Amino acid sequence: MSTKSSSTVSANIGSEQSVLFRRPLQLACGTVLEEHSLTFETYGQLNDAGTNAILICHALSGDHHAAGTNKDNVVGWWDSYIGPGKPIDTDVFFVVCPNNIGSCFGSTGPASPAPATGNVWGAEFPVLEVSDWVKSQTYLMEHLLIDCWAAIIGGSLGGMQAMYWAVNYPKKLKHAVVIASSLKLSAQNIAFNEVARRAIQSDPNFHQGNFIEHQTRPTQGLALARMIGHLTYLSDHALGRKFGRLVHSGDLDSAEKELVEFEVSSYLNYQGDKFARRFDANSYILITKMLDYFDLGANFENNIKDAFKQAACKFLVISFSSDWRFSPDCSKLIVDALIAADKDVSYLEIESDQGHDAFLLPNKRYEQGLQGYLKHIAKTLFKVAV
Amino acid sequence: MTDINSIIEAWVEKSSRVLDLGCGDGQVLESLIASHQVHGYGLEINSESINHCISRGLNVIEQDLNEGLGNFADNSFDSVLMTQTLQTLRFPHLALDEMLRIGRQCIVTFPNFGHWRTRGDLGFRGRMPVTKQLVYQWYDTPNIHFFTYKDFEVLCAERNINVVNRVFIGGITNDFGLDAIWPNLFAHTAVYNLSK
Repeated sequence: MSTKSSSTVSANIGSEQSVLFRRPLQLACGTVLEEHSLTFETYGQLNDAGTNAILICHALSGDHHAAGTNKDNVVGWWDSYIGPGKPIDTDVFFVVCPNNIGSCFGSTGPASPAPATGNVWGAEFPVLEVSDWVKSQTYLMEHLLIDCWAAIIGGSLGGMQAMYWAVNYPKKLKHAVVIASSLKLSAQNIAFNEVARRAIQSDPNFHQGNFIEHQTRPTQGLALARMIGHLTYLSDHALGRKFGRLVHSGDLDSAEKELVEFEVSSYLNYQGDKFARRFDANSYILITKMLDYFDLGANFENNIKDAFKQAACKFLVISFSSDWRFSPDCSKLIVDALIAADKDVSYLEIESDQGHDAFLLPNKRYEQGLQGYLKHIAKTLFKVAV
Repeated sequence: MTDINSIIEAWVEKSSRVLDLGCGDGQVLESLIASHQVHGYGLEINSESINHCISRGLNVIEQDLNEGLGNFADNSFDSVLMTQTLQTLRFPHLALDEMLRIGRQCIVTFPNFGHWRTRGDLGFRGRMPVTKQLVYQWYDTPNIHFFTYKDFEVLCAERNINVVNRVFIGGITNDFGLDAIWPNLFAHTAVYNLSK
């Protein structure tokens, strides 16, 4: 494993980097990855004391490109919140965002070659859990010479990683920011994930996950899976406000009604197809299962209070009023358990009609809350005047 | 002049667990942390107040008191505070029951509607009172219950709530000791320490 000085890191502001860990990673399922690589981006500069580092944990379909505009002219998925002067201020913090294993944006995953055979892993890629992502992130932490994160921040599946860090690596972080997340998925959530997986597996091009060998991709199934997912991340109201019954093509008053395509249909198809071009079907199955398996209290006889008693960091929990996949009630369970465990926690329930997707979108109250919290961190951890 | 903070501080134990219902910008919590090293949480619904608390590093939970406190376990706090908020709640009597369920002791402060200024406004001017403690007009006030300290004590007796201690705060009349002699007329604010 190579190491690098903080000056090398700061020279690579916002640019994509990759690191290969030639060190075994024991996964929760029992399999050992003899080596694995992580692709990541960093923003800002690590201070001399190494106290200003923030880890960003991405969700189901996220990647390492969280902020700024990359060489392909793509704006990062959380650019509204990460950058100079933004809530996660890169003039103040050193921000790290890896693409996690099992995903498909450069880090080791189902589309990577399996060391035993040299062929792509495909469906043979080992089952992953949140604990595996976090363990792999600890390797990256060492690589970047960070002893303790000032904060670990994540939405949805990202929030699960932040909580897992807090409970299982208590000395490794000062703050956990858990956004639109949950202690475990509800039956309804697991059911939506199952429908998405079935959509992928039903595509004749899926070939039991070995589609790369067959030189094809199950784009129809993957697009359908994404369309279902995407729809559940939005609220009825937000869709209504954005599209209503607007017609994209055709004429509702004509005799040929069957040619009519509504705007919402066009939008959803576009989103599905766009996603199917960029995402790996095996990764989608793997990561939705990872969501299903997550249960923070499982190792503590389902006593969440006992789980959180392990934590040493402070917490900020945020939910969104119209999020029905990771509802405010899910976040309140986290908050209640943290209070019962006598941990420091603040909780914001942000008014928004944008459903689960709200955690990615601009929102004044959300920005102010996150900014206020992080400014206080900077003030207390490394005395940045604010 | 007696101030609410110093009265509350005298009743709260060092290093205890404190829940402040309707904590505003967290000023009471902050002073209790500084003077008594309490571990505290505030509940608040005003977004600007919540931002203030977060920027000061205080634990603040966005929760509407009118929707109940069922998420807090019995006897899970040493002290449950409520300053100048009881009169804004939909059901103050139920809130008091909940506070006593959650906390070993409760500290409640409220504006005394029996104060001579409010009596004067209503009695002589025939207008709803607007005072330093009750600054709103009748149409925009969050204060939806008006009661005197006597009314409050009747409620406590009816619900078997034990009044451990009470202090009355008057304005300029404090200096003459009038609010101790005739509190319902001269105290603009009442501060109560309650237990089961």
